[in-house]
Amino acid sequence: MHIKEEKVERHVLAVLVDNEAGILARIAGMFTARGYNIESLTVADISADHAISRITIATNGPPHVIEQIIAQLDRLVPVHSVRDLTEAGPHVQRELALVKVSGKGENRIEAMRLADVYRARVVDATTESFVFEITGAPDKIQTFVGLMREVGLVEVGRTGVVAIGRGPDAA
Amino acid sequence: MAEKSGAEILVQTLLDLGVDTVFGYPGGAVLPIYDALYDHPKIKHILVRHEQAATHAAEGYARSTGKPGVVLVTSGPGATNAVTGITDALMDSIPMVVITGQVATNLIGSDAFQEADTVGITRHCTKHNYLVKQPSDLAGVLTEAFHIATQGRPGPVVVDIPKNVQVAEAEFRSHNGKINPRYQPQIDGDFKAINEAAEMIMQAKAPILYTGGGIINSGPKASETLCQLAELLGAPVTSTLMGLGAFPASSEQWLGMLGMHGTFEANMAMNRADLVVCLGARFDDRITGRIDAFSPNSKKIHVDIDRSSVNKTIRVDLPVIGDVGRVMEQLLAVLKGRKFNAPDYEEWWARIKGWRATNCLAYPESKTEIMPQEAIRKLWEATHERDPIITTEVGQHQMWAAQHFDFEKPNKWLTSGGLGTMGYGLPAAIGAQLGDPDALVIDIAGEASIQMNIQELGTASQYRLPVKIFILNNEYMGMVRQWQELTYESRYSNSYSDSLPDFIKLAESYGWTGILIEDPSDLEAGINKMIETDGPVLVDCRVAKLANCFPMIPSGAAHTEMLLTPEDVKGTMDDNAKALV
Repeated sequence: MHIKEEKVERHVLAVLVDNEAGILARIAGMFTARGYNIESLTVADISADHAISRITIATNGPPHVIEQIIAQLDRLVPVHSVRDLTEAGPHVQRELALVKVSGKGENRIEAMRLADVYRARVVDATTESFVFEITGAPDKIQTFVGLMREVGLVEVGRTGVVAIGRGPDAA
Repeated sequence: MAEKSGAEILVQTLLDLGVDTVFGYPGGAVLPIYDALYDHPKIKHILVRHEQAATHAAEGYARSTGKPGVVLVTSGPGATNAVTGITDALMDSIPMVVITGQVATNLIGSDAFQEADTVGITRHCTKHNYLVKQPSDLAGVLTEAFHIATQGRPGPVVVDIPKNVQVAEAEFRSHNGKINPRYQPQIDGDFKAINEAAEMIMQAKAPILYTGGGIINSGPKASETLCQLAELLGAPVTSTLMGLGAFPASSEQWLGMLGMHGTFEANMAMNRADLVVCLGARFDDRITGRIDAFSPNSKKIHVDIDRSSVNKTIRVDLPVIGDVGRVMEQLLAVLKGRKFNAPDYEEWWARIKGWRATNCLAYPESKTEIMPQEAIRKLWEATHERDPIITTEVGQHQMWAAQHFDFEKPNKWLTSGGLGTMGYGLPAAIGAQLGDPDALVIDIAGEASIQMNIQELGTASQYRLPVKIFILNNEYMGMVRQWQELTYESRYSNSYSDSLPDFIKLAESYGWTGILIEDPSDLEAGINKMIETDGPVLVDCRVAKLANCFPMIPSGAAHTEMLLTPEDVKGTMDDNAKALV
């Protein structure tokens, strides 16, 4: 007997929740308990009175699983709303990364050149290292980090995706 | 305004919320609450013998009365012992509020004596849970906890209260009656969806109503509405284990339970129907059998208050989100408004008649041994006119009870369906008896299951509860043994109930009456003696040891592949089937 795998698609969900103790554990734990995947998860307080947080979850799964993930999130008491931005249509996804490269000579020049092409900013520099700050869609970050590997990457930190729908209306 | 201690606020809020019965067990971290209870005799505290039993008793109370069950236990082992019952209530959608003591806030995280991360442990086996850090939050949190436990799809809510929060004082403001705006489940079905459902019903040639525990949870009125809907439609009705009693078993339209140990006619009708109307059920794996062969030619309407139940295992054509009782009322109104006159479904009923003719619940007779099915049937004959409340443990006896005990009314059948918890029946019977002191409450048990919460004999004695236990004693964990016979060539690994106690003496030592029934000719007399004896009675009914529960859909098989008799059993199964529970 073999265990079959299903074809998956990636979805980005925006979840508005009460900003209360344990909410992150509740959401993350629900994903583990039901065997769902989390690619990235970001959370921050977004309301003036600090009552509401927005959680952006990049997840993947077969369509019927994505549908379940949304329904399961939605039934949690502290969850106000769940929006599937991937399903809703055009939206902007952004991620920030801090990328440290070290090296001298040609590698260092090449790193700087690539950073320029990818519009990464230098936020720290020594004679043998740079820290670049880069923002963009996840695949752009992915590509940039991949290139940096060839020119002396030593460390990378990524925020995970935040996303918002295009146009004048709130999701 | 005068200040009150957290414990006082808690007890006062429980009174405001109409709580009259609490199932619990004291311990260090709840002493302040127990001290406050000492001054409030209006709240009846039932002292169980193990915290798991407190949760099942609360479930039994909730399921038979429709009111939420309330549990009070201490921190650490008190809370962890309650986890099984909390999970059981989540799986079967039972309204329950569990108050757990916790070590003082300044000790949380320090591995203090009897500390456990109760909110962490119960996060995924509750509908919601809280750690209360200020006594001023208590009234609000408890009011919300009861609201969440009882509204929408019911479930258990845990409120964890550190000991210093019970002692500290705060101003008390009653929240009585105030509805929490952040949890407002949808009650009315969407009008467009109801109309579409009516349309689908009007076009059906072979419809079936597939009902579940949601109807019981919706309240007795929903059962009445179901009867009206069934009458208008003239369609056959089947039910899950959880939904038994919502529709009278004496009705001509009743097909019996469906699923793994359901009737042949119910499963065949599900398979051949052209329209399945699912009312407050959730397409559980025990119901569907093999998913890709489940009711392949039907359109499906799914009425459920929980959106996450829709399309979870079976894709449906039309989901209707709302309270099933309310949605059925809306549907009735629309159908009547359209002057719907159901066809007589002549061909459909003729086919059903054919399936019924297999007489799938028939069992071999014996003059020397008591057949377990016969024992249930006789129990029904002797008691049904009294509208008994039946609880069960888990296993063969549970399925035989579901098959052979006919229910006419809701809230009379209390069984652990989703979680399948052995040890459920006795404490549930205690809870049900407290909810209805005059009812005849019988726990139909197996000799293995009953031992899982046997200590509760003492609780029944203490509160003079006349519950009856009817043990079908076959000296085996019968369902395990049956599966080993079906799947593992009768290699009975650890399924024999060795070293059984003398149940009669055991019962007597707790002040119960014990009755032994060994001979088929004593069966009726023994049952009658049980009913006529005042106070709690335990019956040790020795039944045929190797009887199996049929009909049965083996795991991984379709509704059309039922095993009807022992002769259909092969004794082996492929790995794919073995891997299914």
